Amino acid sequence: MATMKAKVKFFAALHQMMGTRELDLEVAEGLTVAELHRDLCARFPRLADYGDNLLFSVNAEYVPADHPLRDGDEVAFIPPVSGGADAH
Amino acid sequence: MLIRITPDALDPQPFIAHVRRDEAGAVALFLGVVRNNSQGRRVLHLEYDAYPEMAEKKLREVAEEIVSRWPITDIAIAHRTGRLEIGETSLLVVVSSPHRQEAFAACHHAVNRIKEVVPIWKKEVWQGGESWVEGEGERQATLQPE
Repeated sequence: MATMKAKVKFFAALHQMMGTRELDLEVAEGLTVAELHRDLCARFPRLADYGDNLLFSVNAEYVPADHPLRDGDEVAFIPPVSGGADAH
Repeated sequence: MLIRITPDALDPQPFIAHVRRDEAGAVALFLGVVRNNSQGRRVLHLEYDAYPEMAEKKLREVAEEIVSRWPITDIAIAHRTGRLEIGETSLLVVVSSPHRQEAFAACHHAVNRIKEVVPIWKKEVWQGGESWVEGEGERQATLQPE
């Protein structure tokens, strides 16, 4: 099966849980971001424990879950954002 | 237009200077400041994490959206990252416009949009624990520091 390279970045709670800022992976060609997330959940139970209240980004842009990856893409799983000072 | 994601302290003056124009009679400045309490708990400090490349891109998109919707003169947005102490500025939005209504409205809208779309996250650290804040005031991943 043909493979391609993908980089996955982790931020905030996911960074703390995964203990790493990024992973370089070889993944199946045409994999979607949601499939990549599912595969990583199988490899990293901590990621599965976090749950699926996440958005996906590819190359620093929000994408839908069924977005297919291309060779060299940079993927991030984006927890609900909380910038600014006041949460309310 | 000036957009910054930075670990350094935010001094409003250069941002105000950037948006000032002779034709702009109003400058509205919003500072998001680290508060000493959250949901009844005493907060010791905050930590902000960002996806810097994407956060900068999203801040720029928010600024462009503001410019397209209000007749403003210029806008500058900055967000701090890393550890912030009580009273420090985490977010700065400054808008100049010919008249005050547009400056207030644009500044208010910018702050709301930033909270929705910009990949920046806040961790509250208090006595005996900490948690990442996710979305509008939800708490997850409560951990005891080692």
